[in-house]
Amino acid sequence: MKKLFVLLFAGFFAMLASAQEAPDLLVKKITDDVLEIVRADKDIQNGDTHKAIALVDAKVLPYFNFQHMTALAVGKDWRKASAQQQQQLTGEFKTLLVRTYSNALTGYRNQKVVFKPFKMNPADTDILVRTEVLQPGSKAIQLDYSLEKLDNGWKVYDVTVAGISLVTNYRDQFAQEIRNGGMDGLIQTVAAKNKSLEASLAKASK
Amino acid sequence: MTKSFSSGFGVKRCSKLLAGAFVLLAANLTMAEDNPRDPYEGFNRTMYSVNEALDNVAIKPVAKAYDAVIPLPAKAGIGNFFGNTADLWIGANSAMQGKFGDAGVDIARLLVNSTVGIFGLFDVASEIGLEKHEEDLGQTLAVWGVPGGAYFFWPFIGPRTLRDTFGWLGDSYADPVWSVRNRSYAVRNTLVAARFVDIRASLLPADKVIDEGALDKYAYVRDAYLQRRRNQIYDGRPPRNID
Repeated sequence: MKKLFVLLFAGFFAMLASAQEAPDLLVKKITDDVLEIVRADKDIQNGDTHKAIALVDAKVLPYFNFQHMTALAVGKDWRKASAQQQQQLTGEFKTLLVRTYSNALTGYRNQKVVFKPFKMNPADTDILVRTEVLQPGSKAIQLDYSLEKLDNGWKVYDVTVAGISLVTNYRDQFAQEIRNGGMDGLIQTVAAKNKSLEASLAKASK
Repeated sequence: MTKSFSSGFGVKRCSKLLAGAFVLLAANLTMAEDNPRDPYEGFNRTMYSVNEALDNVAIKPVAKAYDAVIPLPAKAGIGNFFGNTADLWIGANSAMQGKFGDAGVDIARLLVNSTVGIFGLFDVASEIGLEKHEEDLGQTLAVWGVPGGAYFFWPFIGPRTLRDTFGWLGDSYADPVWSVRNRSYAVRNTLVAARFVDIRASLLPADKVIDEGALDKYAYVRDAYLQRRRNQIYDGRPPRNID
């Protein structure tokens, strides 16, 4: 009886621990999972974008907060948008980012990911996990993840490649579209971009 | 990431091009633009289109062929070789920024790779823990407090702030590959062309990201350049923006 109680107790704590998994370990786990699949998958290595997108959908997206990413990309105009506009833009921006960067996986050629030393205080709710991608013959590429602590665990809200934020790099382009056609104009532009990418992808796979 | 073809053409020739570009620029000065970081946007967009057209016709096909034909170990060797020729000037810039420890590492890298690494073809230094740094005169000027100035998109050399334009001129002057002319112009031109193609080929994957990801390629390249330079000036640890 006592043994059973200890076991249940241990199980309970294990559950708590996984819900609050340390952010650096979370990023490491996702990276390892994804690279293991890509390493074994010749289709992705040969440029099958749809398969790469499916992999990212399943393994990576649950750990991203796209609402926050979109808000960051829009900047101060975000608050002026209606809840529906926010939701639409988040959906379209997510599609655009996933499609563009899933392609990076098809370029995988035995690069290694190294994690930089990581320190955090238990009270931190916003941290940076720093990694490097090593490849022969060229300088290591800095790849950093910004994470925030939410009720359902740590979520990524920005990715920085060689110092370039994939999110805030859109800010001026978004602002330009909003000046020209308002928030709805921006949503339409991103949606049209996604449609044309989808069309060229379908053509390429024929 | 950016289509910056550093040292692709002679400094003298580029100065002439720059002078020509300034004339064009003056004609464009009357245009009012609203981005304070990019006051000459009209001029820059024109140059961006010119560069893109040139690239599509002449440069990118060569880079693609090079990328397809040269096997990875050879490409790594070529990248390492040119990387090694740059380490002396990188060390000088580390020292000018007061980072004497880094400067020592840069010089040690040059010594190790030029000897044990067989004329720089193998980056032995990185394997024994002598980390490569990314420094140039534009970063040194920034550390000294020179403001970035306006953003420009130049033909051939690509995006540069005004500060980085002067930095680039200094970098080219100090570039050991250019000084090979004292021995043989043919060797120098071959080396310069090889490096140009090697750099362009390394940027091919970025092309795809820009083509697919950008709503406005010009703005995407500009903002990526400015973010990347800021990151380099702070050696990979810029203060975080508060949003």
